[in-house]
Amino acid sequence: MNQGPHSAAGRPAAAVAMTDYEFCSQYDLYGHMACPGCGEKILLRHILNVLGPETVIVCPAGCAAVTDGVFPHSISPVPFLHVPFDATPAAAAGVRAGLDLSGRKHVTVLAWAGDGATFDIGMGALSAIAERNENILYVCYDNEAYMNTGIQRSSATPYGGWSTTTPKGQLKAEPKKNIGAIMAAHRIPYFASGSPAFLDDLTAKVAQAKRLSGLRFLHLLSPCPPGWKADPRDGITLARLAVESRLFPLYEIIEGTHYRLTHESSGAGFDEYLQLQGRFRYMSAGDRRILQADADRFYAQLTLRHNRNGETTVIGEEP
Amino acid sequence: MRQVISGNEAASLAVKLARVQVISAYPITPQTTIAEKLSEICGSGELAARFVRVESEHSAMSTLIGAASTGVRTFTATSAQGLALMHEPLFWASGARLPIVMVDVNRAMAAPWTIWCDQTDSVAQRDTGWLQFYCWSNQEIIDTVICAFKIAEKLLVPCMVCYDGFFISHTYEPVEIPEQKDVDEFLPPRNAEYKLDTENPHTFSGGTLPNYFMEFRYKLQRAFERAPEVIARVYGEYVQCFDRTYDSVESYAADDADAVLVASGSAASTVWHTVKALRDQGRKVGLLRIRQLRPFPAAELAAKIHPPQRIGVLDRNLSPGTGGVFTQEVRAALHRDGHTGRIHEFIAGLGGRDITMNNIIDIYDRLEQKTANASAINWVGLNP
Repeated sequence: MNQGPHSAAGRPAAAVAMTDYEFCSQYDLYGHMACPGCGEKILLRHILNVLGPETVIVCPAGCAAVTDGVFPHSISPVPFLHVPFDATPAAAAGVRAGLDLSGRKHVTVLAWAGDGATFDIGMGALSAIAERNENILYVCYDNEAYMNTGIQRSSATPYGGWSTTTPKGQLKAEPKKNIGAIMAAHRIPYFASGSPAFLDDLTAKVAQAKRLSGLRFLHLLSPCPPGWKADPRDGITLARLAVESRLFPLYEIIEGTHYRLTHESSGAGFDEYLQLQGRFRYMSAGDRRILQADADRFYAQLTLRHNRNGETTVIGEEP
Repeated sequence: MRQVISGNEAASLAVKLARVQVISAYPITPQTTIAEKLSEICGSGELAARFVRVESEHSAMSTLIGAASTGVRTFTATSAQGLALMHEPLFWASGARLPIVMVDVNRAMAAPWTIWCDQTDSVAQRDTGWLQFYCWSNQEIIDTVICAFKIAEKLLVPCMVCYDGFFISHTYEPVEIPEQKDVDEFLPPRNAEYKLDTENPHTFSGGTLPNYFMEFRYKLQRAFERAPEVIARVYGEYVQCFDRTYDSVESYAADDADAVLVASGSAASTVWHTVKALRDQGRKVGLLRIRQLRPFPAAELAAKIHPPQRIGVLDRNLSPGTGGVFTQEVRAALHRDGHTGRIHEFIAGLGGRDITMNNIIDIYDRLEQKTANASAINWVGLNP
């Protein structure tokens, strides 16, 4: 495992006082089985603390399904429905229909799926519920590969990334799928990206999503120290560096047209982000520059769209 | 009220009468007219259901898995490739003990492409943990779909009602349509003991290790073992309300027959007409019509076979490498009962080829004259 060059003392100061969140929680998800440094349970905990008890979780195969507990144990404080890997969007639509038909329209249906279930095997069904604007809060915790089966590439794996199916010599040659653009093309009411390193930003977005109806989609980066070959204590640091380096900018898209950056990424920390992770160990200097240029280009697009809000935005038009 | 309706209309009316709450379906021939009719019924407000218009059959079944988990009554319909696409969530529905009801309008599996009838689509799903009924008339469809909800909800096992594409789905027959008030009395709203409930939160179908998994399967098997009694009881209540009932194995002139043909679906009605005609000529032939593939009515079948009758099984399906699926089931059931006679296997009507009365007469000839092959498939109506 890549231990990384930094000592704990050398780490940047946390932007949010974690203790405020730790001790004010309604739910702590005590007893979960996630790996040290995992982002997924941190994200779920903070989301549930915003959504509250009138929530039903629909969850496919993946890390979240396993780490919730093994029968007869479950840490979920709210009803939790396991569904087949490819079935999350449709099953969530069914839960929505059933709750609506039995007088429980106020309950939030939270689809909680990884990048494999979302970007890959469930994409057709996800597009369908987006097109139908089903009243669901769909959250993708994105750890950028099939981590539960042991680090196989997904279409969310970054360019140049190592995985067991994109090994040395055949590193991922394609850029990460742009899920925000895909969801925006469906003109859903709300899309936002989020990070466990920016909890104020995240919880505000969850609260906003809860206020809205229709399909709301949150794309959250979920650091995976075992899969990213990083030190578990660097989980949150990596989440922060991903945002600051512009590899995972924080933004939202309203009604598929209005873009808003919710955090100004400094552009710093790109090299450090890569250095802290063994999965980028085999990238050439040229590939690193390609990845960075791609991130910068995307961030520039977001900035342009952010600045253009208030003007008429044409769907599909390049800024 | 008596109306002349198609098989697919009969299924749709049964869904309306059962006051289904969530429907999800995807178009596929020859099922499509069910999805259309149910859309119309939901659109007009005749049925207060949510129709979830999904992008695939996999999503249709997945939607019902979600919906049924909230405690509501659910329905879908499909055929052939659509049913095959559902294969994965079919196991999930039964494993999660969700009483979903589905119509499968039987259609052969491609390749090569075909929209015409055989039963290979549904028999290929026999191990998925669904009850399976096979109907031969539009009246039986409406009655069976209504009963299916009650049976499924009592056993917590999903139920598939199958009937032949075009031969039944698109054929119009006079059907006695039950009154809504009578159906309401027979089939009260679903009362789910286990459901997604924020007042009483539980986790459903979570990861299970070897220390518990077998017990879940054991309980599912036990439910299927209880099924014959529950099915008989439900049909017993049905006959009280509606004056019609059905057995898992129906005998037509089979008791004293020398040659008995076991059949299902629309082919069984051709056999029935043939038996009538041959009986008029004094030939002692009979029909045993099988209404269920799961649970397979082994004891009921064995009780209706009297050695040394010569037994043939007519299969409108094929499991390549073995033969007809009903034949396998009949052989297993009779062997378990100690039967030592030969079971003759007849494959006919694949991909919608007509099974004619002459085909059936030929089968009875071969059974009576002992010219049917007892150790290999007897192909019926195969082009030379």
